[in-house]
Amino acid sequence: MSSYTITPGSVGRQAREWVPAIAVFVLAIAVWQGAIAAFHIQQFLLPKPTAIVSAFWDQRHTLWPAGWYTFKEALGGFALGSLGGIAAATLIGRFRALGNALMPIAIAANAIPIIAFAPIFNAWFDPLSPNSKMAIAGVLCFFPVMVNTLRGLTSVSPRQIELMRSYAASDLTIWRRVRFPTALPFIFTALKVASVLAMIGAVVGEYFGGSYDALGVLIRSKAQILDFQTAWAGILVASLLGIALYLAVALTERAVVRWAPENRPS
Amino acid sequence: MTGVNVVEIQSVTKTFPAGNVTALENIDLTLTTGEFVSLIGPSGCGKSTLLRVIGDLIEPSAGTVTVNGKPAKQARGDHDYGIVFQDSVLFDWRTVAKNIGLPLELLGWDRAKRKQRVDEMLELVELGSFGEHYPWQLSGGMQQRVSIARALAFEPALLLMDEPFGALDEMTRERLNLELLSIWQKLASTVVFVTHSISEAVFLSTRVVVMSPRPGRIAGVVDIDLPYPRTVETREEPRYFALVTEVRELLRKRGEHLLPEEEAALTE
Repeated sequence: MSSYTITPGSVGRQAREWVPAIAVFVLAIAVWQGAIAAFHIQQFLLPKPTAIVSAFWDQRHTLWPAGWYTFKEALGGFALGSLGGIAAATLIGRFRALGNALMPIAIAANAIPIIAFAPIFNAWFDPLSPNSKMAIAGVLCFFPVMVNTLRGLTSVSPRQIELMRSYAASDLTIWRRVRFPTALPFIFTALKVASVLAMIGAVVGEYFGGSYDALGVLIRSKAQILDFQTAWAGILVASLLGIALYLAVALTERAVVRWAPENRPS
Repeated sequence: MTGVNVVEIQSVTKTFPAGNVTALENIDLTLTTGEFVSLIGPSGCGKSTLLRVIGDLIEPSAGTVTVNGKPAKQARGDHDYGIVFQDSVLFDWRTVAKNIGLPLELLGWDRAKRKQRVDEMLELVELGSFGEHYPWQLSGGMQQRVSIARALAFEPALLLMDEPFGALDEMTRERLNLELLSIWQKLASTVVFVTHSISEAVFLSTRVVVMSPRPGRIAGVVDIDLPYPRTVETREEPRYFALVTEVRELLRKRGEHLLPEEEAALTE
C-alpha cells in the first residue's frame, strides 16, 4: 500500500529527530574527557574515552572474538528462553487449571533476582562450557516472555471468539488465526526486554567463571590486573552487541506487526 | 413470503446460574424465508441472548431451536448463518479484502474463487477501492459495511445482526439502513436484527418483536405493512408514525418491568 512507502521527506524528518540525542551524547563524551584532564581523575576510577577507544581498536582481535563467543551464548539463551516462554504461555492459556496452579508461582519467580543464581547454574552445568551461560540467559528470558505472551493470548475480545465460533472454527484455528496474531505485539514487547536480559545473563554468568574465550571473563581478568581501558573496551563491545540484538528484534517487530497502533504510518 | 421456516424457536428458556437470572422465558418464534425481523426491548430483555441462542453461541436451558430445519448446532457447523456485532470485529492484521475472505478461507475455498467473491462483496457494500486498506484506515461506518460483507460472503440463508449500527452517528446509521435494505432485497436472505431504536426497527423490518425484561419475554409482535422499497420518504409517512407509536405503546405497556433510566431511554 502507498501508505507504507517511506518518502524522502520522512527520512529527513526522522534524521532531524535524532539530532538532539546525538548532540547530548557527543557533549557527554566531551565533558567526560575534559573532566578527567581538569580534575586529574585516576585512570582506574575512570579512563579517558580516547584511552578506551584506543584499547577498543588495539585489541579488536581479542575483544570481538570474545564478544562473539558471549553473544552466541546470549543468543542461544534468548532463543531457548523465549520459545520456552511462548510454549508455556500457550499451554497455560489452553488449560486454565494449569494456569491457576502455575501463574502465581511464575509471577513470584519473575520477581526474584534470577541473576543471583548464576553461580549455581555454573555448578549445575559445566562452568567452562557455554551451556551454563545459555541456561542463565534462558531462564532470565523465560519469565517476561511467558507472562507477556499469556497476557496477549488472553486479551482477545469475546466478540472475536464468538465470531470464530459462528464459523464453527476449532480451538486450534482460533489460536492460529486470532489468539496468536493478537498476542504478537505483546510477544515482541517481551522479546525486546528479553534481548537485553540475555546479554546481561551471559556476561554476568561469565563473571562467576567461564572459558577464557568469553567476554565476561576477559572484562573481569583485565579489571583484576588494573587494565581498566581494556575492561571498559570489553564493556563497550558487550553494549554494542546488546544494542545490535535489541535492534534486530525491534526491526523484526516493525516488519511483522505493522498493524499495531504504535507501528502504523501516521 | 414462501412460508419455509428458516428459524423455529420452541419454548426456549435460558437461565444464567450466576445471579440466577432468567434471561429468556418460554420464547416461541418462527421466521420464514425472506423475513426481516427486529428484536427490540430495553437492556436485559434478552434480545441479544435470543440472537445467540439462534446462532448456537449460547445453549438454551430448555426448548429447541432449529435453523433451516436442522438443530442450531448442526446449522452452525454447516455455516447456515452470518453474524454482525455492534463493533465490527475486524482483524487489524488483515486487509479489508482478507477480512471479508476469512470465512471463505475457513471453508477451504481456493484463492481464485475467494478473490472473485470478495470483489463481488466489496462492490455490494460499495467499498470497491478499499480492498487493500486495513480496517483501522476506515471510518466506523465503512468498518461496519466490511463486517456485513464478511457475514454475507458465503451466502448464508440467515443473517444475525446484534445492534450493528448502535455505535454509529445518526446520519451514518440512516444511510446504512438504506444500504442494508437494498442488500437484503438483492440477496433475499432472512434477517434477525437486534436494536434499541424503535424508528430503526420499524423502518427496516417486516415484523417487529417487542420484548420485555425480567424475565425476558415476547411482549407483542407488530407486523410492519409499509411497502418496499422503503426510502427516505418512508420515514415521513403517517403509517410509519402510527407503527412507531404502536411499538412504543407495547414497550410502555410493559413499563412496570422497567427501571426508571430504561423508561427514559425509550421516550426518545
